[in-house]
Amino acid sequence: MAQISVEQKPVPKRKKESLLLRFAKQWDIQLMVLPALALVFVFSYIPMYGILMAFQDFNIFKGMGDSPWAGFKHFEMFFESPEFMTVMRNTIVISLLKFLIGFPAPILLALMLNEVRHMFFKRLVQTVSYLPHFLSWVIVSGFAISLLSTDNGTVNILLQKLNLIEEPINFLSLPEYFWGILVTTGVWKEIGFSSIVYLAAVAGVDPHMYEAADMDGASKFRQIFTITLPSIMPVVVIFMILAIGNLLTAGFEDILLLAKNPVLREVSDVIDTYVYRIGIENSRFSYATAVGLFKAVISVMLLTIANLIARKSGNSLW
Amino acid sequence: MVRLAFGDKVMMVIIYIFLAFLAFVTFYPFWNGLVISFNSGSDTAMGGVTFWPRDFTLENYGIVFQDNRLLNGFKISVLRTVIGTISSILVTSIFAYGMTKRELIGRKYYMIMCIVTMYFGGGLIPTFMLVRGLGLMDSFWVFIIPGLVSVWNMIIFRTFFNGLPSGLEESAKIDGCGNWGIFFKIILPLSGPVIATLSLFTAVSHWNEWFLPSIYINNENLLPIQTMLRQILNSNIMSEQMSNLDSASQAVLSRMQSVTSKSLSMATMMVATLPIIMVYPFVQKHFVKGVLVGSLKE
Repeated sequence: MAQISVEQKPVPKRKKESLLLRFAKQWDIQLMVLPALALVFVFSYIPMYGILMAFQDFNIFKGMGDSPWAGFKHFEMFFESPEFMTVMRNTIVISLLKFLIGFPAPILLALMLNEVRHMFFKRLVQTVSYLPHFLSWVIVSGFAISLLSTDNGTVNILLQKLNLIEEPINFLSLPEYFWGILVTTGVWKEIGFSSIVYLAAVAGVDPHMYEAADMDGASKFRQIFTITLPSIMPVVVIFMILAIGNLLTAGFEDILLLAKNPVLREVSDVIDTYVYRIGIENSRFSYATAVGLFKAVISVMLLTIANLIARKSGNSLW
Repeated sequence: MVRLAFGDKVMMVIIYIFLAFLAFVTFYPFWNGLVISFNSGSDTAMGGVTFWPRDFTLENYGIVFQDNRLLNGFKISVLRTVIGTISSILVTSIFAYGMTKRELIGRKYYMIMCIVTMYFGGGLIPTFMLVRGLGLMDSFWVFIIPGLVSVWNMIIFRTFFNGLPSGLEESAKIDGCGNWGIFFKIILPLSGPVIATLSLFTAVSHWNEWFLPSIYINNENLLPIQTMLRQILNSNIMSEQMSNLDSASQAVLSRMQSVTSKSLSMATMMVATLPIIMVYPFVQKHFVKGVLVGSLKE
């Protein structure tokens, strides 16, 4: 050691060698991570490089190397296209509706479940309400189609029995019902499962606070707002940040499966389904990639802004 | 117990009524689907079948289980779920164990490389072009290989491994055990709960996934049951015909006037849901824990 430090020049070289040597010595743990990282590289980073397609006139026979560059042409085309306004409106309205109804719903459910003292009933409600999360959207849409069908679907039967309607309504081919159906099925599928996290947060609230509130004569109803809700606020904020980051993800599978009738396109087309239809079905790869990139950039911006705001309140994601 | 004030009693009544309503509304579609699948189709078409089969029959299931294409779809789904889950859990857990090693050169950069993918990705079209370029179109492996590494699961595994007592590893090292030996002989056997939870979620997502095959697979023999079910439900809406069945089943069908597309699609849906319903009661405890492990990371 002392000898080498006297000689000045070989020091950097020796250091480099030792890194290689150290690397070679730990080949066994490098072998654990490198194959997996190669997969991450191939399936996540190569598609990121593929985004450059958005700035090309991509030709599937020429490949990315030989396709001509096109600048922002596809972005401009999207902003000027007649679909732009429809797609953006649907995306924002649907995701806002989902956020306004779908975000508080599981919190409300968790607060309600927390008040239930009959363990059997509580567990029954939990078991039943978690289940739809584990079903595919194909199955859920199948249920929705069956229940809403004009051909003796339960909803139409019920509405007719209640004398609210004369003739069965074809719910899934009328644009005015679509957003409602979409939000309802979404809440139906996820309300129980999303409530698990909040239920855990509620269970972590110090019981002494409730005892103190009882002695002060606060009602249960009052305790929910003055003790439970403020206590679970950090969890709520974190999930809200994530939800805001996903604001342009209005839905994909659910919309593809429920809006099969092309009549619904004016209310059902959102960015993701538009990218799918234009890109995969019509093979306009560059254009669709540009639309997808537009969405990704705005989403990252939204997430950053939401996190900045949350950081000021002391609940940031990172 | 503290006696409830009048306002709180009202609140409790509302809560119980609401929760009972929620449970009913969640349960009813399953029940109604099950009832329709066991009811003769022509009878269902007359309407009013809600809580109980009126004209009980097994014909619908008879058709489903005679249809070779549906059975093949079921087989593909099972294969995909089993192979996909085992391989993904294995590769991801080995990856995670390597990432717990302090001495791992490049660990910080590897981690950054992983975390970036959680916030930003290539999107649908570039991924589609990649899969196409790799020659995975119309191949069973398109279900398996892209999902081998899950960054999310890796982080959960890593957190769990970090929480294991380090003394075990050291004593194994003294006994001359290498890192791979330690992983398989000591770490994996201690990781039962986290493996069960993550396997469950991976398996469910494999079983339920229908979209990728709809864009990557043209060969009908490789379609999983969910994707086939979607086609059946599609044709159910567009034209009330069962062109999606194979010819043998169509012949059987023409003799059985009582089966309709609705009863048939319900029976298929029930078959596609059955594996999930069957494992659900046994895994409930695990997934509640799993969600919490995942959310703690956030």
